[in-house]
Parts: sequence; C-alpha cells; structure tokens
Amino acid sequence: MKQSLLEIKHLNKAYGENIILKSFNLKVEKGDVVVVIGPSGCGKSTLLRCINALEDIQGGEILIGGEPISRNAKNISTMRQKVGMVFQSYDLFPHKTILDNVLLAPIKVQKRKRNEVEKEALELLGKVGLADRKNDYPRQLSGGQKQRVAIVRALIMHPDILLLDEITAALDPEMVREVLEVVISLAKSGSTMMIVTHEMAFAKAIATRVLFLENGEIVEESKEPKAFFESPQTERAKKFLKSFEY
Amino acid sequence: MLDKEMVKMLFEGVRDTCYMTLVSTFFGYLIGLPLGIFLTLTDKDGLTPNKAIYSLLDVIINITRSVPFLILLIVVMPLTKAIVGKSYGSTATIVPLTIAAAPLIGRMVESSLKDVGKGVIEAAVSMGAKTGTIVRKVLIGEARTSLLTGVAIVLGTVLGYSAMAGVVGGGGLGDIAIRYGYYRYETGIMLITLVFIIAVVQVMQGIGSFVAKKFDHRSK
Ligand SMILES: Nc1ncnc2c1ncn2[C@@H]1O[C@H](COP(=O)(O)OP(=O)(O)OP(=O)(O)O)[C@@H](O)[C@H]1O
Ligand SMILES: [Mg+2]
Repeated sequence: MKQSLLEIKHLNKAYGENIILKSFNLKVEKGDVVVVIGPSGCGKSTLLRCINALEDIQGGEILIGGEPISRNAKNISTMRQKVGMVFQSYDLFPHKTILDNVLLAPIKVQKRKRNEVEKEALELLGKVGLADRKNDYPRQLSGGQKQRVAIVRALIMHPDILLLDEITAALDPEMVREVLEVVISLAKSGSTMMIVTHEMAFAKAIATRVLFLENGEIVEESKEPKAFFESPQTERAKKFLKSFEY
Repeated sequence: MLDKEMVKMLFEGVRDTCYMTLVSTFFGYLIGLPLGIFLTLTDKDGLTPNKAIYSLLDVIINITRSVPFLILLIVVMPLTKAIVGKSYGSTATIVPLTIAAAPLIGRMVESSLKDVGKGVIEAAVSMGAKTGTIVRKVLIGEARTSLLTGVAIVLGTVLGYSAMAGVVGGGGLGDIAIRYGYYRYETGIMLITLVFIIAVVQVMQGIGSFVAKKFDHRSK
C-alpha cells in the first residue's frame, strides 16, 4: 500500500480536562494542499502544533513518511525538520539579519555548508522579492515582508510538508495578497501544505482538499473545494461560510 | 592634604577596586550564567521543565541573596582563607564578592533570558533545533542587549560590595574611604575617594550601556 506523507491515527489531545481532539484521523498525500477551516477555538492550531510535536499528545500516533514523530523520541530533531511551520506572528529572530534568520537552522541544525545554503537563501529571498533586504533587521520590514521571510526560513529546510497557521491574520489587508501569492506559487510548484486560514477566497483558490472542523472533529471534508465553497453539504459548514458574506 | 603619597594611594585604590570588581564579576558569571540558563530551562514553561531542579536552585539563590554582604564576608572567611591563604586584602575579597555576585547574576540572567519571546523559541524548536543550539543561538543571542545591560548593573553592585569590604580591610577605594573617613575623621580624603568610586562606577556603567546599545536590534 502507498505510504502517506502524513498520517494521523486516533490522535487524542487535551489541555487538562479540556478535550480538544478526540480520536482524530487524517491522511495527507504528497502534493495535497489541505485547507483547514472552522470556528475559533475548534482546534485548528492545536492540530498543526501536534503535527510538529510542539504539543504533548494523550493518545494516538502521527506518522511522517511512515515514521512516528514524538516529542520525547531520540530522532525528534530529524522529524521536525520534515515539518516546516509558519506562524501568525512571524517570529523572526529580532537580533539577526534577514539572511541570518534564514541561515540559522540549515547551518546549525542541518549542519549544511554556509556557502551552499547562502546561495539557496538568496535565491529563495529573490523569489519572494526580498533579496535586497538580506542585511536588514526584522524591525525594518513590514509585516508582509516579515511573513515572506518566515516562509523562506521554513522552505530552506526542505520540509516534506509545510504547515501555515493563519499567516495573514496579523497583516494589513494590502499586505495579505503579497504573502498569499507566495503561497499560491508554492502550491503550483507541488509543495505539500496544510493551511489554516480565514481568507475564504484564498482557500477556494488554493485548496485541493478542505477540512471543516468543529469541536476538534471533521464535520465536513471535501476533495472538491470549488464545490464545497459553493454549496457545502452540512448545515454547520453552510452556516460557517455564510458568516463570511456581507 | 593631596600629597604624592595620597595620589599614589588613590591610584592604587582605583586599581584594586577595578581588579576586585572585574575579577569577581568574571567568576560570578562563570557560576551565574549557567545558573541563569538552568533556571530558565527548568522553569515550568521552560524548554525542559524540572520542578525539583528549579526549586533547588531557586532556594539556594534566595538564601544567598538574603544574607547581607557584610555578614557573608565574615561567614565565608574560613573558605576565603582556605582558597587564597589569607582573609584580608583585595585578592581575598574576591571570594565573598564572587559568592555574592553569582546568585545575583543568576537572577539577572534568568530574567534576561525569560524576556526572549516564546514564539521565537518555538520557531527554533519547530525547525528541529536542539536545546543547546537554542540556548546559544536564540536565548543568549536574542537576550544579549539585556544581558549586557545586566553586566553593567552587576559591575556597579559588585563595586559597591567591594567598598563595603573595606570595613574588614578588603583593599581598594572602600578601604581608603573607611580608614580615612571613619577611623581618622579626614572627611576631605573620604569625599575625594567617594568621587573616585562614583567615577569608576560611571565609567563601567557608561561602557556597559554603550556596548548594550550597539548590539540592540529590537524594534524601537
Ligand atoms: N496552551 C493551552 N492551554 C489550554 N488550553 C488551550 C491551549 N491552547 C489552546 N487551548 C484551547 O484549545 C482549544 C482549541 O484551540 P486552538 O488554538 O487550536 O483553536 P483554533 O481553532 O486555532 O482557533 P482560532 O481560529 O481562534 O485560532 C481552545 O478552546 C483553546 O482555548
Ligand atoms: Mg488558531
């Protein structure tokens, strides 16, 4: 049987008494662009954080390329390198230049050669239109520019899957597009991604699959994103999508 | 009043004070920096929470911090004698100064490191960085402005302690101030010595803040 890139089996996640994900199952294949939507607090961020083993889990298993990823395992560093993550708040290192932000992990974590990574870093920064800002510090960049750097910082690790958690939620509207266009071009080049977003037009444009979550459960899942956004099958999803209309 | 003898004495006082302060601060950081790092890592929302280790370090620091320096000076005299061979003079004073500085430095380092954003640390974790790399590259790298400001504050405090050591013949400017001002009622010399102490503190703090500012890249 074909090996899924990401497989989540019976994942249980709770914060204390508060159960967030209950026996959650999901398979993601190479090239999938899975958009995860759902009301605030339904567990979207928690799900992504579990996939990168940023959270302790209470049961079940998460496999990347068939190998389990677990916080306390010996190979956790190697496993995490397979899962790139970009957060809402960019989280660039404030005391490092843009270039050093991008270079830190490939050099210190992956032990790659500086000149080889630097070349790739400049290429990637060029692709997001920021090569000329390599010597600037994060505070000199706009939110949209910072977020593009954060994407490059994740990409240079060559992750098998990229997790994006509301990466435009903190941005001014005019900067949303410049960031989302980068993500769309990644999707076109075949990157595997899981994207949590509240930008429905973007979700519709980019998704190959949609998951609609509520209370930590998949209420509706569709491999026909266009159809899903036009006419969702469940009442819940219908109501949720309606809340984005004016 | 300010004869050649006096000038020489003041000069030596400045030298001894700087010597005690700098060496004690250095040794203080040898102990205090790892202490601060361990406190940060083992705290409940640190990278490797460990309640037992954190509480132990916490208690040790609180106890040492709550002993007044003059008393510490006297209590550790046997230790000082064992290490240095005598219990007076500026080299001997380095022992109690280091013991007083280390927990203070531990706390200052802890508070600097805890100021590093959780998100930034998590970003490094998510890229597979191990704890050692995160400590060196992210915690210390990102906290360096505040760590350097901390050094300036520690230098000032240690210098103040070193002056107190004058009471038991600790050497340096404090010693001079106490000998002339307190025992011989030569207020003039005491005031001049005081001016020197203040000047040394100012210079150290000035250099500290200057260096700290140079390294600051946080958003303004
Ligand atoms: N560290 C935590 N400790 C305790 N509870 C938490 C923690 N993080 C999240 N939760 C709870 O878990 C639930 C799911 O949170 P999560 O952040 O995954 O939601 P979300 O779907 O990402 O929401 P949003 O759209 O607002 O980002 C919420 O009820 C939240 O209060
Ligand atoms: Mg969220």
